[in-house]
Amino acid sequence: MHLTNVGPLWLRRYALAVSGCTLLLLIAGGLVTSNDAALSVPDWPTSWGSLFPPLQGGIRYEFAHRVLALLATLMTIGLALAMRTRLAWTALLAVAAQAALGGAGVLLAEPLWIAIAHACLGQLQFGLVVAVTAQAFGATPSLSRPLIFALILAQTALGAAVRYGVIGLAAHLGGALVATLYLMWVSLSLLMNNMDNPSVRRPAMLLLSLTFSQVFLGIASYMARVVYVNAPQPMPLLIFFTVAHVAFGSLVFGAAVLFTTLARPQQLPVSGGPVSGVVTA
Amino acid sequence: MKLYAVAAFALLTLISCSSDKPPAAATTELAPTGPALSPDEANGATLTGKVAFTGAKPPLSMIDMSANPACERAHKDAPLAAEDIVVNPNGTLKYVFVWVKSGLPANQRWAIPATPVVLDQSGCQYKPHMIGVMTGQNVELRNSDPTNHNIHPQPSLNPEWNDSQAPGGDPKFKTFARQEIMIPVKCNVHPWMRSFIGAVNHPFFAVTGDDGTFTIVGLPPGTYVIQTWHEKFGTVEQTVTVGAKEHKAVDFSYKG
Repeated sequence: MHLTNVGPLWLRRYALAVSGCTLLLLIAGGLVTSNDAALSVPDWPTSWGSLFPPLQGGIRYEFAHRVLALLATLMTIGLALAMRTRLAWTALLAVAAQAALGGAGVLLAEPLWIAIAHACLGQLQFGLVVAVTAQAFGATPSLSRPLIFALILAQTALGAAVRYGVIGLAAHLGGALVATLYLMWVSLSLLMNNMDNPSVRRPAMLLLSLTFSQVFLGIASYMARVVYVNAPQPMPLLIFFTVAHVAFGSLVFGAAVLFTTLARPQQLPVSGGPVSGVVTA
Repeated sequence: MKLYAVAAFALLTLISCSSDKPPAAATTELAPTGPALSPDEANGATLTGKVAFTGAKPPLSMIDMSANPACERAHKDAPLAAEDIVVNPNGTLKYVFVWVKSGLPANQRWAIPATPVVLDQSGCQYKPHMIGVMTGQNVELRNSDPTNHNIHPQPSLNPEWNDSQAPGGDPKFKTFARQEIMIPVKCNVHPWMRSFIGAVNHPFFAVTGDDGTFTIVGLPPGTYVIQTWHEKFGTVEQTVTVGAKEHKAVDFSYKG
């Protein structure tokens, strides 16, 4: 494993906090979209002309999303300054671009391409922060299997396109099948030969379990949409499954980052023996 | 470098699968010329009719307004039902947009009424649920509620906009430049709020009310395609020919 440069404890904890904050930001974004609240605050960067808008209806979700976005941006700046790696600077660039996209979406009454780009860049941002967190733990993030990331990001784009009515469900379903089969093949083939090696088994099991959960949530959110799409919104069950589907999509992406970073059997002790700088998170 | 390759792939994926709304069918519009006419109520034809509803009456969809206590208080005695399908007691359908789709002289200008059409936000619902306006005619947007609203029309042919309106704020006046049937309007603060605006470049349109009837007056003699539009049941068309001062009845029907 590539745990050659483990950061101090405070940095590891801080990096984990940034990852957690970014995930919360994504969940808040899912709540905004699911409650159709993206344009409940028609101005940006102010909110209803002030710093603290009246927290009514959809404004609550949009304003919480903005506050979390500010917090995640500030925390990512701190992480980039502490890490000073190319990956950390890229994460900072991604969060800045994501903020700009979000603002442009509000000011331009959210053209569809901005909404879809915002969804995809959010997931990419989370993946980058997870990769930087892995760096803080001494690992060396790797893109040894770029197809994993490509498939998940493509699924995010297709899912967002389905949600905004740009395309039908068929492409997203087909993509889900391909992505799930590929992730199963990659992780199971590693697992079969490294069941005794926790450094492979854990990230592989994490990726597998999150992927299956995501498939289930995708089916559930689709069924909820079929049942409730014409009902007067908000419909709590529809919102719950849709937000969970968004959140688990991001978690699958984060797990894929950990999987490609940590599950490298050719560089691990064969029996899973002690490794310097073991990840304790 | 691989990281940037993945980022580039993500961008390409986005570009390939995203697009703006599909363009609405282009219509050939001749530039209107000559003096602007108003409907000739004395000599023109009058179309009357009703929009019937057959089949099982759909159950009411009740709205949960707990997201905003001010909205909930406005309906504490009687919860509000959605107005997407309103079947009148006499078996007719409310909120059907009826308009002359074709048959009028293409180059005829029609006078734009000076009086705005009011779309109020009251009790956290749009009142009325559906309106018709002439292109260029003002829509007066009011907020009679003690809470904030945003008004967000989502047209296909006209520019999309999104505007906020605080309680007690001054009315806002908006126009639509191009004919468009129909323009959905929503409030993102209160996701149950929906309204529809029909923007027509002539004055021959109506919206069915509590008795499911409509009246279009002052129609010049000629043959016309009359179209009805309902947000759930779609469109129905009929061709009618009218003469001067003629009163003609034309009825429509939707099946649930």
